[in-house]
Amino acid sequence: MRKSKAIATFLVAASTAAFAAGCGSNSNSSSGGSSVDWSKVTHLTASGNTSMTALVKAAEKEGQLNVITLPSNWANYGNIMKDFSAKYHIHISDAIPEGSSGQELQAVETEKGQSRAPDVVDVGTAFAVEGDTKGLWAPYQVQTWNDIPANAKAGDGDYYADYGGYVAIGYNPAKVKVAPTSFKSLANPAYKNMIGLNNSPTTAGAAFAAVYAAALANGGSYSNILPGIKYFAHLKAIGNFVPTAIGGPSTVQNGTTPILIWWDYLLASEVKPVVPGFKVVIPSDSSFASYYDQAISKTAPDPAASRLWEEYLYSTTGQNMWLQGFARPIELSTLVQNGSVDHAAYASLPPAPSGALTFPTQAQDATAENVVTQNWAKDLG
Amino acid sequence: MAEVATQAAAPEVQTSGARPGRVSGIVRGALRWAGVLPFGAYVALGLAGPTIAIAVAAFQDSNTNAATFSNMDAAVHGTYFTGLQNSIELSLVSAIVPGIVGVLVAYAIFTAKRGNVLRRVVITASGVFANFGGVPLAFLFIASLSTTGVVTGWIKDVSSVDIWNHGFTLYNVKGIFLAYLYFQIPLMVLVIMPALEGLRPAWREAAQNMGASTWQYWRYVGGPVLFPPFLGCLLLLFGSAFSAYATAEALTGGTVALTPIQIGALLNGNVVAGQQNLGYALGLIMVVLIAIVMIAYTILQRRAARWLR
Repeated sequence: MRKSKAIATFLVAASTAAFAAGCGSNSNSSSGGSSVDWSKVTHLTASGNTSMTALVKAAEKEGQLNVITLPSNWANYGNIMKDFSAKYHIHISDAIPEGSSGQELQAVETEKGQSRAPDVVDVGTAFAVEGDTKGLWAPYQVQTWNDIPANAKAGDGDYYADYGGYVAIGYNPAKVKVAPTSFKSLANPAYKNMIGLNNSPTTAGAAFAAVYAAALANGGSYSNILPGIKYFAHLKAIGNFVPTAIGGPSTVQNGTTPILIWWDYLLASEVKPVVPGFKVVIPSDSSFASYYDQAISKTAPDPAASRLWEEYLYSTTGQNMWLQGFARPIELSTLVQNGSVDHAAYASLPPAPSGALTFPTQAQDATAENVVTQNWAKDLG
Repeated sequence: MAEVATQAAAPEVQTSGARPGRVSGIVRGALRWAGVLPFGAYVALGLAGPTIAIAVAAFQDSNTNAATFSNMDAAVHGTYFTGLQNSIELSLVSAIVPGIVGVLVAYAIFTAKRGNVLRRVVITASGVFANFGGVPLAFLFIASLSTTGVVTGWIKDVSSVDIWNHGFTLYNVKGIFLAYLYFQIPLMVLVIMPALEGLRPAWREAAQNMGASTWQYWRYVGGPVLFPPFLGCLLLLFGSAFSAYATAEALTGGTVALTPIQIGALLNGNVVAGQQNLGYALGLIMVVLIAIVMIAYTILQRRAARWLR
């Protein structure tokens, strides 16, 4: 999920995968006591041998869950994993915590059949769709399936949004005297050499989303991202945009980019704690949200534990834990409505724009990716 | 001279000890090849295998694995073609300039007395700096030379000139070049040093005894001896710049199209999905380009080094 640019990580992962290829079969136990093949179970029943109780029993028997690329300081995953492990006595192995979505898919494909292959993934939507096309996912609908908006999940349950947030503008008031409020306001000459993205929009999902959001604020649409590229080209031409790819807490701290455009939850969780007084606003002229997706591997070595993990993540506890990590869980509006939301955590995020969540379609997204890839360097170089 | 002598003596020693016969000849032959085996296996696994895998994948569709030329087609058009052009240009300049500076620095230290403190310090420091790269290097430049950088601040304090108001920037191809100098010059010092040490003082003395000027010495003796290793070092610097990745990415955020960064985005990124094989096509082009440069270098070196043999 995270954009670690280290090709070395990739090589290490690839070579360890190749190494382990000979290491034989695994604990592909398909049932927990009864004759249920959990890898085929698509949803729980209220009672019987596919009930929650049976799932817990089967998962505890497996005693193992393989996750991949979950940094412990990302969206509260460290605590989430710890709590899940303690609750169900299931050991969690987290492969390449700083890896990317692309690496998650590679691991699912190359480690197929091994006991250490990933059970579940947390990937960007483009990668969830790619995995779906390749037939990598096992359909599963959690008990709260109906609380996930229809445009944030695959109808058959192959993948489903988990948490995400909005493109936001974070700034350090000590260095930024005039508070920015919108994308348009960032063209203020007072912001010369101040504005940064977290990375290149050709590699990082957040920066790509920032360009999409800027497009929406400048006459573009989900079908037309070009105005977003032109917008950043203009910011660069007037000297406001600093195109470093290492935007983050350190570049805000040292003043290289006192204004940083990033996900609201990452500005809140990674920058705010180290920059006193740091402010986060969702731009008034654009609200662009994006969510990561969960999916269970079709060849998961621990099919029951995988399903229990999803049930846990989409329980009130799991959803609130993401929220405590400043990520907006996909069922947030349900939690707010029924009052089970963690109010303190909810209040620490900038207020969400009103209106229902909208997302670009896969086709629009793919087009936008190619437009950015082809034009970013051309227009900003 | 000493090497020639031992080589000539070696066969005698071997034959005198071994019994003559076909079997022992075969065993000896096999043993001789056995010594190369680990290296051969290493080359096959580490170089040939991956190269073949890349070459095959470059002509396959990313999702269906069907044979296709579309990856290659995309690789030589639009932003990917610009990327190749930029990468080659940047690597050439980042090989030649540090190459020349590096050889001058190396010569300056070389002429210092052996055991001289400065000489030892420079060589040790070169070893450290030549291996400094990636995001830490980019951050070092940003921390020292960005608008709020420490060095920028000093310059402003001393001369009341803000270099950033006079066209200086880190965030374009010139900035990348500047950062590359940081490891390319020390790398050149390290790799050219052995060649300089091969220049015997006796040659210079002999040339001087025969009335050669400094210019004539370099033109007819030092230059021709140094030229092949100098070219070899330039090739190494070219390869080092051509494959460098993280520093450029960190400084310019993809605003400068460079092939290694594009490959990274295709294989390892979070935005573009399902185009891995376009990355392999770009990788194959890089492999072919380096191969061409290597072949050109070998031919050139043969000609330049002919009289040395």
